[in-house]
Amino acid sequence: MSGNMNITLKVWRQKNKDDRGRFETYPVQGVSPDMSFLEMFDVLNERLINEGKEPVAFDHDCREGICGMCSMYINGRPHGPLQGVTTCQLHMRSFKTNDTIVVEPWRAKAFPVIKDLAVDRSSFDRIMSAGGFISVNTGNAQDANATPIGKEDADTAFAAAMCIGCGACVAACKNASAMLFVSAKISQFALLPQGQPERKSRVSKMVAQMDAEGFGSCTNTGACEAECPKGISLSNIARMNRDYINAQFTSQQM
Amino acid sequence: MTSAKLDARIPEGQLEQKWTKYRSTVPLVNPANKRSLEIIIVGSGLAGASAASSLAELGYKVKVFCFQDSPRRAHSIAAQGGINAAKNYQNDGDSTYRLFYDTIKGGDYRAREANVYRLAEVSANIIDQCVAQGVPFAREYGGMLDNRSFGGTQVKRTFYAAGQTGQQLLLGAYSALQRQVGLGQVEMFTRHEMLDIVNIDGKCRGIIARDLITGKLERHFGHAVLLCSGGYGNVFYLSTNAMGSNVTAAWKAHKRGAFFGNPCYTQIHPTCIPVSGDHQSKLTLMSESLRNDGRIWVPKRKEDAEAIRSGKLNPNDLKEDDRDYFLERRYPAFGNLVPRDVASRAAKERCDAGFGVNQTGEAVYLDFAYNTKFKYGKKEATKLGISNPTEEQLNTLGKAVIKEQYGNLFDMYQQITGVNPYENPMMIYPAVHYTMGGLWVDYNLMTTVPGLYALGEANFSDHGANRLGASALMQGLADGYFVVPYTIGAYLSNEIRTKPIDTNHEAFVAAENEAKARLEKLMGIKGTKSVDHFHKRLGKIMWDKCGMARNAEGLKTAIAEIQTLKAEFWKEVRVPGELNEFNPELEKAGRVADFIELGELMCQDALNRNESCGGHFREEYQTEEGEALRDDVNFNYVAAWEYISESNWQLNKETLNYENIKIAQRSYK
Repeated sequence: MSGNMNITLKVWRQKNKDDRGRFETYPVQGVSPDMSFLEMFDVLNERLINEGKEPVAFDHDCREGICGMCSMYINGRPHGPLQGVTTCQLHMRSFKTNDTIVVEPWRAKAFPVIKDLAVDRSSFDRIMSAGGFISVNTGNAQDANATPIGKEDADTAFAAAMCIGCGACVAACKNASAMLFVSAKISQFALLPQGQPERKSRVSKMVAQMDAEGFGSCTNTGACEAECPKGISLSNIARMNRDYINAQFTSQQM
Repeated sequence: MTSAKLDARIPEGQLEQKWTKYRSTVPLVNPANKRSLEIIIVGSGLAGASAASSLAELGYKVKVFCFQDSPRRAHSIAAQGGINAAKNYQNDGDSTYRLFYDTIKGGDYRAREANVYRLAEVSANIIDQCVAQGVPFAREYGGMLDNRSFGGTQVKRTFYAAGQTGQQLLLGAYSALQRQVGLGQVEMFTRHEMLDIVNIDGKCRGIIARDLITGKLERHFGHAVLLCSGGYGNVFYLSTNAMGSNVTAAWKAHKRGAFFGNPCYTQIHPTCIPVSGDHQSKLTLMSESLRNDGRIWVPKRKEDAEAIRSGKLNPNDLKEDDRDYFLERRYPAFGNLVPRDVASRAAKERCDAGFGVNQTGEAVYLDFAYNTKFKYGKKEATKLGISNPTEEQLNTLGKAVIKEQYGNLFDMYQQITGVNPYENPMMIYPAVHYTMGGLWVDYNLMTTVPGLYALGEANFSDHGANRLGASALMQGLADGYFVVPYTIGAYLSNEIRTKPIDTNHEAFVAAENEAKARLEKLMGIKGTKSVDHFHKRLGKIMWDKCGMARNAEGLKTAIAEIQTLKAEFWKEVRVPGELNEFNPELEKAGRVADFIELGELMCQDALNRNESCGGHFREEYQTEEGEALRDDVNFNYVAAWEYISESNWQLNKETLNYENIKIAQRSYK
């Protein structure tokens, strides 16, 4: 073992989506402060396997904070105590030895639990299918520099486009609202000339799908922005609301 | 002589005309027939998502499979630095030919000319396409696209979006894919893993996939199958790949008749965060774009290196004259921007010689102090009209620019290491990053199994023995957006009369039964050691003996060790949980079993190739200065390995003909 921290984990265990679920307590010894939070789970799982028990299921992939797959709710906060950091980039040096850490899955009606800490976020994909794109077929494009785009707009669009679709905003929200996620995609396209032709239909369709998936409403608490690992701004929600109202009043679709 | 089993189907004619002519003459499938042709795509990264959306737009019925919970998670998302394109927006002399030439040379003259030229040709279209999709590339104040430089080139042709270009490109392709899902042209299967291909009458006709939530096996028919499943760097256990990246799809195809091309060509990326301990699960890349502004060095004197290692000396205090900027010293023409294989070996050489700067002795510095102050600080001061800026002003102004260019990378570095890279030089060391080898494909990107294609990192085709930075994104999107939508016509135009085959066909049933038997076997071993235990041991064998430097003796030992490991794995592995449920350990077990088999083939290939080229460095074959020494007389070929039986492969050679480029020893001096 490579470290000297001792941690007590209280982890949500749930066999499948129909199981009620419960917390289990696991002491983890010999944790190194240089380990990532997920590497500590690797250590726990290795031990559980060696003891003939079932390891804790959790989602993860790139482990460098960009794929958006990891999703633990740690001590009441999505992705844990640090701001601007995903669970995979959270390191044990952010905790003290003898800490008790409570780990739960994302909790939202639109994110049903698959097993233990893994949840189903396919509702996000369906919202994207409803309108999160610019309808341009391959081969239709003009020269990339034909339409200049001001640096400020490009940078703001990029800041919105940095969303990794992890769902922390939903998990943080007391209403389980997906407004931050949806508004980030809407803002990215609303700020660019390429996004204008479908601007109204996009916001209408994506919001409709968001509602259909069972996400809650936004009450401007701002927990989503505070917990977003990529710093997606609440102002995107304001932009989406403006666009939405505009679309409802001026849409020519009956 | 090229083996009779390999036909690269390179079109006749002048290099510059091949693709244009081919595109204009390749058979077409009329729109009505496209509707009844089904295509299966495995993997949803840049290659898979771009192919899926483009083929669906053309009217084909497409099914896409990915093991992640969403196609947006594919590991292309983690690519940082940028994407190359011969746009010549910088007016610095770039052209299709120059991108082609740089890629062939960067690949150490081990790639196919016609494929690489086509790649360079379509590169400009990719940028146009992505901008049209709303990909927010970095721009200059006038609203035009910005570029940066990457290794192995002397022009600025790399388009980027901060340090997360892969993310933006993948989200663009993912948007296009989701649009087709919404339109009903693509059926998406997330959390599904392909476990075998199904061949009927010599053609690939479908796949067996496992639903990772229920554990159920499924049979899917397709008139053609496209593997866009990425590379196999995780054979080394520690790599910059995502935890789930695996070779299973490609490997199953290999065992069903697809030849594996150049498996030993692996890319060790010079700038990764060094290993910190044995708990480590993966390594993190620090983008090559950092070499635009970071200077790589170690101390000139061993005493200083020792003092730094023991914490007695702060590297910031080491005088300029006492630093060895070894890349600038050895390669003045390209300096810090030499290709990855060259930079990695140079760093290893310094560390092996005792100049490493961290506790393990396996790290060098990547230092931004000079360019922060003098390149950016000065420029910003001039812009602001500050004529005699203080050191502090220079630092502050320069840091703001560095933050804008690389902010997310610097944050990531600090988060992982606990060290602030704005104040201290980064510590970096080479790590496994990419695999140039992959399934052998012809000019159409079809493997040796008719109807089975391989795109992106999963194929071997464009990067020779070493890939240049910012070229993986280019290749993935070129294959998916602009190559396969045309070349697949050559095959599917002959399939319009093929009715969908019932998945109760005996070939489907047999393939499913085999997959099932293997899963049951894994579950039934009930041994004493975890899957990770075996994966780590495999990784160590591969890194020590088939890593940055290889030799015949080590490779022979490695083969024997891997065979022993394989036997032990199938006796001793413990897979907990159940077959028919969400069981990540079972998924890993299947993947590691395939990696073990692949590892043996990689060592075979490395042992066969008695030369050094690109990422394949055989210690026996080097120049006096320690550079890779190719043998163009005996090894100017693609090694395409044919699976015969367990631990038994037949080598087929595809001779590489250089008609347009004069083959020479690479020089970046």
